[in-house]
Amino acid sequence: MPASEIPPGLPPRLRAIVEEFRAADRAEKLELLLDYSDRLPPLPEEWRSNRAAMEQVHECATPVYATVESREGGLTFHIDVAEESPTVRGYAALLREGLEGATPEMVLAIPGDFFYAMGLQHVLSPQRLNGISYLLAYLKRLAARELAKQSP
Amino acid sequence: MSGYAHPEALVDTAWVADHLDDPKVRIAECDEDILLYDQGHIPGAVKIDWVGELNDPIVRDYLDRERFEQLMVSKGISNDTTVVFYGDKHNWWATYALWVFKLFGHPDVRIMNGGRAKWIAEGRPLTRTVPSYPPGEYHAPERNDAAIRAFRDQVLAHIRQPGTALVDVRSPQEYTGERLHMPEYPQEGALRGGHIPTAVNIPWASAVREDSTFKSADELRELYVSKGITPDKDVIAYCRIGERSSHTWFVLTYLLGYPKVRNYDGSWTEWGNAVGLPIEK
Repeated sequence: MPASEIPPGLPPRLRAIVEEFRAADRAEKLELLLDYSDRLPPLPEEWRSNRAAMEQVHECATPVYATVESREGGLTFHIDVAEESPTVRGYAALLREGLEGATPEMVLAIPGDFFYAMGLQHVLSPQRLNGISYLLAYLKRLAARELAKQSP
Repeated sequence: MSGYAHPEALVDTAWVADHLDDPKVRIAECDEDILLYDQGHIPGAVKIDWVGELNDPIVRDYLDRERFEQLMVSKGISNDTTVVFYGDKHNWWATYALWVFKLFGHPDVRIMNGGRAKWIAEGRPLTRTVPSYPPGEYHAPERNDAAIRAFRDQVLAHIRQPGTALVDVRSPQEYTGERLHMPEYPQEGALRGGHIPTAVNIPWASAVREDSTFKSADELRELYVSKGITPDKDVIAYCRIGERSSHTWFVLTYLLGYPKVRNYDGSWTEWGNAVGLPIEK
């Protein structure tokens, strides 16, 4: 089954990740996802004791917290996912890497269903796909807030 | 584990630790999170992938005899192998896999009491090394759905029959129709909220303790009998797609010894969407 076309306008890092997954078969996709899960960096010190100030993704079955920092070079997301949820962790990590340095406008322009181009629907249950689609929605909400700060 | 009707269907973590190298035993992990096994599993355990291996890719159904045989051969499981399942979320998916194995009549299937969480809590080892076993020798009969699986029309007839019982094992909010999905989980596509008429609500996880082990036989009996789910009845359990209810099916069949229990895997995602079927709120 062919994956959907890669939607135009993705941040370049995210596009590269989508292409990486696209070229992988089912087993390789799972390996990639686990690699990303392993690579998710721990939260920076200042957030570790302050998860209450982060955005919680309530739709995820597992506790997921996200926040964003705006720097000169663009946005940096910090995402916290329990180790016993490697699928969600892997997806969070690839979003984090893929969105590193993107502008809020770029994040807001990502289609909510871009992961179909990665072929994740052949690997994950519909339930998981639903759950992870909420994660991007929350990151967009954070990006929209940053955008509002920038243009008073 | 005394007091259970079929105590042999349950092993504890220490038993598993003692049988890691036993060629007559195959430990099988089945999780909701498809990557958990890859992240670390009991040494020597094989992975059962419920999306890719137990479901048919085209029909909403389970695999057929031929594919089950191939699966067994590839996991190094023979007809006389003892298969011990364990997994995440109080063994929720482990009991689902066990139920599918029983559709093919695999004789010796067991659950590791407490599942993955208990194994980890006890500081027992995990590995990422995927074992390789010599191919199993397996001859499966045709899948026999009649004994432990219920279909929509049977459920419709069932709820009009005396001497039957129907257990809805979802959360109270799903049962009342307040929610269309599990708390904390995304909506998964049922058009209506509520439950199948006559069903009583006994959430599946009320059968386990905090450490994921099953409650005692007395506690379990009290839990089900107090709601009218008694051994003299023809019992059907359902949830959303039949995974949580396979947990309840396991409890009623193996721990309490109820003689006639079926799992309606069509469950709410079929019933809640079907044309012409009544619901209650």
